[in-house]
Amino acid sequence: MPDHPASPDPAASVPAAVALRDITKRFGDLVANDGVTFDVRPGEVHALLGENGAGKTTLMRILYGLTMPDRGTIEVRGRPVHIGSPRDAIAAGIGMVTQHFSLVAPMTVAENLALGRVSGARLDREGMRDAVRRVSVAAELPIDPDARIADLSVGQQQRVEVLKALSRDCRVLILDEPTAVLVPQEVDALFTTLRRLVAGGLGVVFISHKLGEVRAISDRVSVLRRGQLVGTAPGDTDERELARMMVGRPTFGVERPPLAGDAGRTVVLHVGAVVADGARGLPALRGIDLEVAAGEVVGVAGVSGNGQTELVEVLAGMRAPTEGRVTVAGRDVTGLGPAGMMAAGVGRIPEDRRASLVMDLPVSLNLILERIDDFRGAAGLDHRRIERHARELIERYQIRATPRDPVRTLSGGNIQKVLLARVLEHDPRVVVVAQPTRGLDVGASEYVRSTLIARARGGAGVLLVSEDLDELLAVADRLVVMYEGRIVGSMATADADVDRLGMLMAGRLRASQAGTAA
Amino acid sequence: MTFLFDLLASTFRNATPLVYGTTGETITERSGVLNLGIEGTMYAGAFAGFAVAWQTGDPLLGLLAAVVVGLLAGAVMALLTVTLGANQHVAGLGLTIALVGLSEFSNRLLLSGSQAPRITPMPLWDPLAGFGDIGHVAQQYGLTYVAFLLVVPAAWWLLDRTPIGLSIRAVGEDPEAADAAGIRVARVRYFALMLGSALMAVGGAFLTLAVLGTFTLDIIAGRGWVCVALVIFGRWRIGRGVLGALLFSFVYSLGLRLQIMDGWQGVPPEIMLALPYLAVIAALAISGRNVAYPGAYLKPYRRS
Amino acid sequence: MNRQALAGLQSPVGVAVVALITVLGVTGAAIVVAGADPLAAWYQFLVAPLTSQFRLLEVLVASTPLLLCGLSVAIAFRAGYWNIGAEGQLLLGAIAAGGLGQVLTDVPPILAVPVMIGGGALAGAAWAFVPALLRVRLGIDEVVTTLLLNPVALLFVKALVQGPWRDPMGITESPPIAASAHFPRLLEGSRLHLGFVLGIVGIVIAWYVLTRTATGLRVRAVGLAPGAARFAGIPVERTLLRVALVSGAIAGIAGVSEVAGLQYRLTAGLSPGYGYSGIVVAMLGGLTMPGVLLAGLLLGDLTIGSSIAERTLSVPSQMGEVIQGMLLLAMVAVLATRAWRSRRAAIDEPPPAGPSPADGSRASPTDRPGEPPPIAAEGVG
Repeated sequence: MPDHPASPDPAASVPAAVALRDITKRFGDLVANDGVTFDVRPGEVHALLGENGAGKTTLMRILYGLTMPDRGTIEVRGRPVHIGSPRDAIAAGIGMVTQHFSLVAPMTVAENLALGRVSGARLDREGMRDAVRRVSVAAELPIDPDARIADLSVGQQQRVEVLKALSRDCRVLILDEPTAVLVPQEVDALFTTLRRLVAGGLGVVFISHKLGEVRAISDRVSVLRRGQLVGTAPGDTDERELARMMVGRPTFGVERPPLAGDAGRTVVLHVGAVVADGARGLPALRGIDLEVAAGEVVGVAGVSGNGQTELVEVLAGMRAPTEGRVTVAGRDVTGLGPAGMMAAGVGRIPEDRRASLVMDLPVSLNLILERIDDFRGAAGLDHRRIERHARELIERYQIRATPRDPVRTLSGGNIQKVLLARVLEHDPRVVVVAQPTRGLDVGASEYVRSTLIARARGGAGVLLVSEDLDELLAVADRLVVMYEGRIVGSMATADADVDRLGMLMAGRLRASQAGTAA
Repeated sequence: MTFLFDLLASTFRNATPLVYGTTGETITERSGVLNLGIEGTMYAGAFAGFAVAWQTGDPLLGLLAAVVVGLLAGAVMALLTVTLGANQHVAGLGLTIALVGLSEFSNRLLLSGSQAPRITPMPLWDPLAGFGDIGHVAQQYGLTYVAFLLVVPAAWWLLDRTPIGLSIRAVGEDPEAADAAGIRVARVRYFALMLGSALMAVGGAFLTLAVLGTFTLDIIAGRGWVCVALVIFGRWRIGRGVLGALLFSFVYSLGLRLQIMDGWQGVPPEIMLALPYLAVIAALAISGRNVAYPGAYLKPYRRS
Repeated sequence: MNRQALAGLQSPVGVAVVALITVLGVTGAAIVVAGADPLAAWYQFLVAPLTSQFRLLEVLVASTPLLLCGLSVAIAFRAGYWNIGAEGQLLLGAIAAGGLGQVLTDVPPILAVPVMIGGGALAGAAWAFVPALLRVRLGIDEVVTTLLLNPVALLFVKALVQGPWRDPMGITESPPIAASAHFPRLLEGSRLHLGFVLGIVGIVIAWYVLTRTATGLRVRAVGLAPGAARFAGIPVERTLLRVALVSGAIAGIAGVSEVAGLQYRLTAGLSPGYGYSGIVVAMLGGLTMPGVLLAGLLLGDLTIGSSIAERTLSVPSQMGEVIQGMLLLAMVAVLATRAWRSRRAAIDEPPPAGPSPADGSRASPTDRPGEPPPIAAEGVG
C-alpha cells in the first residue's frame, strides 16, 4: 500500500454527495452567507454548527431551493446543478427536515407523504398507505399512515418528516435543529436511527448549536460564524475548541453579581395553583406554583411545549387562567387583561417580539403604545414630547435607529431593545421575559442578559423563560423546571447539575424523587 | 300538493346559480384565495353568455363564452393575488367593479335599441313528464341537471379523491409545506382560481341563457356575495355548501310564492326577497362561529 | 426572458408602469370599440369637466357622495375593519332622510337640517352595527355580512318607494321632502350643497384624529397589528366596534346628503354604487385623508367626464365604472409589490424561530386566521 501523506482523510477520495461552493446570500444589509463552501459525503454525518443567526438555516434553505443564493454553485455527485425550488432539490436526491415541520397539519401521514408525488385522475389511498408502511418498515420507524399530523406528538411529526424524505429516495438528508423539540430520550432514538441510515450510505447534514450533540453524532463539523465558514474539524474535536470557533471568544461574558442579603424576602410575584388551557383548548398549565422575589432572576427551564408559552401569556394578561391565583406585590391580578397587568407593575417581553410591536409604526410610537394617554397634550398627542422620549430611550438602551424609523426596518437585536426600553422605562416590579435572546447576535444577547440582571439587582423580580440552558445558568439565580404544565423541580443555580436538569426536563424525575421541594 | 312540488321545483331552479358559484368559490378558497370577484364574474358570465348566444343564435356557444370569460377573470385574479401577492379583498372587489362596468358598457354598445333583445331560453328537460306533480319537480333546465348530477360530485371527487385536489388542499392549508413537498404552489392556485371562476361564470350564464332569456342590469343582485357566505356556512365542504344553497333557495322560492297567495299580499314583495339574505346572515351567526378557515386563507405565498 | 419579466413585476415602478399601460389599454380598447378616438375620449373624461365654472361645480357635486363614502371606507380600513357595506349604510341614511324629510314640514331649517344629518348618521350606524357586533363577538367575517346587507338595503328602499311611501305622482319615488329639510345651496345658480362641506370637514377632522390624537394612534395600531395592539393594552374589540359605527354613520350622512342636497326625495336609483366607489376612493387615496380628498375629486371629475363623453362621443357613461375598477386593480397591484419590497428589505433574521404568536383563550375572534397584511403603509398624511 503506497503512502498518501497528502490526503490523511481516507473519505476525501469519495466524491461528495452534495457540495455547495462559495455561496453568498444577503438580506438587505445582513450578509447571511458570505462565500461559504460546504459538502457532505455519502455515509457521513456532517454537522453545521453555529449560533442563532450564524447563517446555518439560510445555507440549507439554499441547498433545498427555498432561498435563492446571490452567488455560488451547487454540485450533486460532482455535477453542477441548478436548484431553483424544492422540486429540483427533491429530484437531486436532497431531503430536508425543517425546524418547523413542512407538514400539512389537518392531513394524514399518508397524504403528507403523497403530496407533490402523486398524479393521475385518482388518489390511490390504499397505495398511499402501503407506501408509508414500506418506508416505515425499511427505516424501522413505525407510524400509523392514517394518523392526522395535528394529532401526533412533535417527536412523531419529526419521524414523519424523516420518512417523507426517505420515501423520496433522498441521498442527502438535512436536519435543521432536529433536537430542539425533543427530550433527551427522543434524541437518543433519533441518533440511533441516523446511525443506521448513515451506515446504509445516506449523507446527513446536522444543523445545531449544541456542542454535545454535534460531538456525539458527527463525523465532521463545519462551523459558521456571522455568515462565514470558520473551519471544518473532525467530529471528535474538543468541545472547548468548537465553542471557540463558534463564538470567537469565551461564551457568556455576562457578570452576575451575588444576590443582596435581603433578596428573596419580598415576594413580588406569586403564582398559586394556576391552571389554564392551551391554544387548542387542551390543558396546558396543570397547577403552577411559583414565587419571584424582588432582586432575583428566576429561570424557567423546560423543553418547548411544556406550558412555558401559556405561563407567559397568563402573566402577560393575554390568557385567562381557569383556576388559581396570581398576585403581584400582594395584589390579586388573576384574570386581568394586558392593561390591568401593566397597571399592576408587570413588564412583559414575550418570545414573539415581532408580534408584540406594531412593525409599521415608528419606534417613537411603539415606545409609548402601552401608555398612550400619558402623552396627551392640550390638543391631541404631544408629538414633541413623544419624540424627545424616544430620543432618550434610544440613547439609554443603545438602540440603533431614529425615532421615526418604522420598527420593521430594525434588526432583531434593536427590536428587542425597543421592547426592553418600553417595558423597563416604567420601573416594573415584575419583568416576565421569554426567549429574550433567540435569534440575536452575541453582542445584543449579552446586552439583553446584563440588562435583565441589572434590573433585578435594581429591585425588580425577573422571571426568565428560556430554552437555552446555558443562558439560564448564566443569568438566573434560581431555576425551576416545567414539564407537562407543572413545575417538577426547583434549585439554586449554584447547585444546578446539568444531568439532573436534563432528567427533570425529560420528565424522568419528579421533585420528590429529586429530593428538593418546589 | 301542487304548491309543494312547485316549490321544490323552484328551489332546485333558483339554487342552480348558487350551486355553481358556491362550488367554484369553495375550490378557490380551498387553495387559500378568497375570490370576491365572484359577483363580477357571475355578472360577466351572465352578460357574455347572453350576448354570444344572441349574436350566434346558439346558447351552447354562449355557455362556452361564459366559460372563457370565467377563465380569464380567474387568471386576472390569480395574477393579482398569486403572482403579485395583492390584498385579496381589494383585488376581488376591484375585479367585480371592473367586470360589472365592462359588462354594462358592452351591454350599452351591443343593445342600443330601446327594446331589450331576447333569446329562446334553453329548453326544460322533463324526464318524468308522465308522473304528474312529482314529475313536475324533475322538470328542470339541463344546466340544473349538470350542476347537481355532474358538477357537484365531480368537484367533490376532485377535491377529495384526486392528486390535484390533494395539492389544492395542501397549498390552501400550508403553502410552505406544499412547496417543500415539490408542489408548484402558484400553478395550483392559478388552476383553482380559473376552474372556480369558470364555474361562477356558468352560474351567471344560467340566469340569462336558461331562466330569463335576456340580460337585465343588476341581474346577479348579490348572489355572488351569498355564495361567499355559503362557503363559510358549508365550512369549505362542497356538500354542505350545496345544502346551504338549497336552503337559501327554498326561502327565496317560498317568498316568491307567498307573494301571490291570499293573506300575504300586504307584505311588500321586497321584504320577501330580502328574507333569504337575512337568513344567510342568521345562519352564519349561528354556525359560523369558530369555523376553521383554510390555514393559508388570504395569505399570499412567496419564497424568501 | 421569463425571468426578466418577473423581475419587472417585482419593482413597484415597473408594476406601476405596467398597471397604467393596462388601464389605458383596456379602457382605450373599449373606447375604440365604442367607435371613438381614445385621446379625444380621455380629454373628455379628465379635462373637459374642468373647462367651465359650471362643470367644475358639477364635479364638486358629483364628488360629494364619493368623498363621504371614501372617508367612511378609509376610516374602517385603517382600523382593519373591512366595511364593504357603505352602499347599504348610505341607503339607510337616505331612507332616514326620506322619512324625516316628510315629517319635518313645520320645523325651521336650522333645526331640520341637523335632525336630518343626525337621523341619517344614526341609521347608517345602526345598519353597520349588526355586522360589527357579529365580528367582535362571534368572529363572523364582516366582509361577507356587510356585503350581504347591501342588496337588503336596496330592497328596503324599493319596498318603501313602491309601497308605503309611493308618491302618487311618481312611480318609484317617495313624495318630496319638506323645503325646510333641504340642505342649503352654497352658491347661487349651482347645485353645490352643504353635503360637500360636510365631506371636507369630515376629512379634515378624520385627518386630525388619525394623525394627532391618542384615539387615532389606537385605531392605527389596531389596524396594522391587532395582536400587538391587544398586547399593549388597547381594547381592540371596542375600537373596532366604534370605528365601524363611525364609518356607518358617515356613509349614512352621504345618503342624507344625496336626498336632502340633490334629489329632495328617496328614489330607488339614488346610488349608482357610491358605496363601492368609496372603496376605490379610499384605496386610491392610500387610506390617507389627503389621498381620499384627491381621489374623491378625481372620481368626481371622471363621473362628470364620462357623462360629457357620452353626450359628445357616444361612449357609454358606464366607462366611468370600468375606469374605476381598473384603477383599483392597478392600485392594489402596485401596493402589493411595494409592500413585498419593503418587507423583503427588512428581513435580517432567518425565518422566525419558535411558535407563532399567542393565540390564547383571551385571543378573541378578532384574530382570525390569515389576517391580511396591512394594505397601506403608514407615514403619509
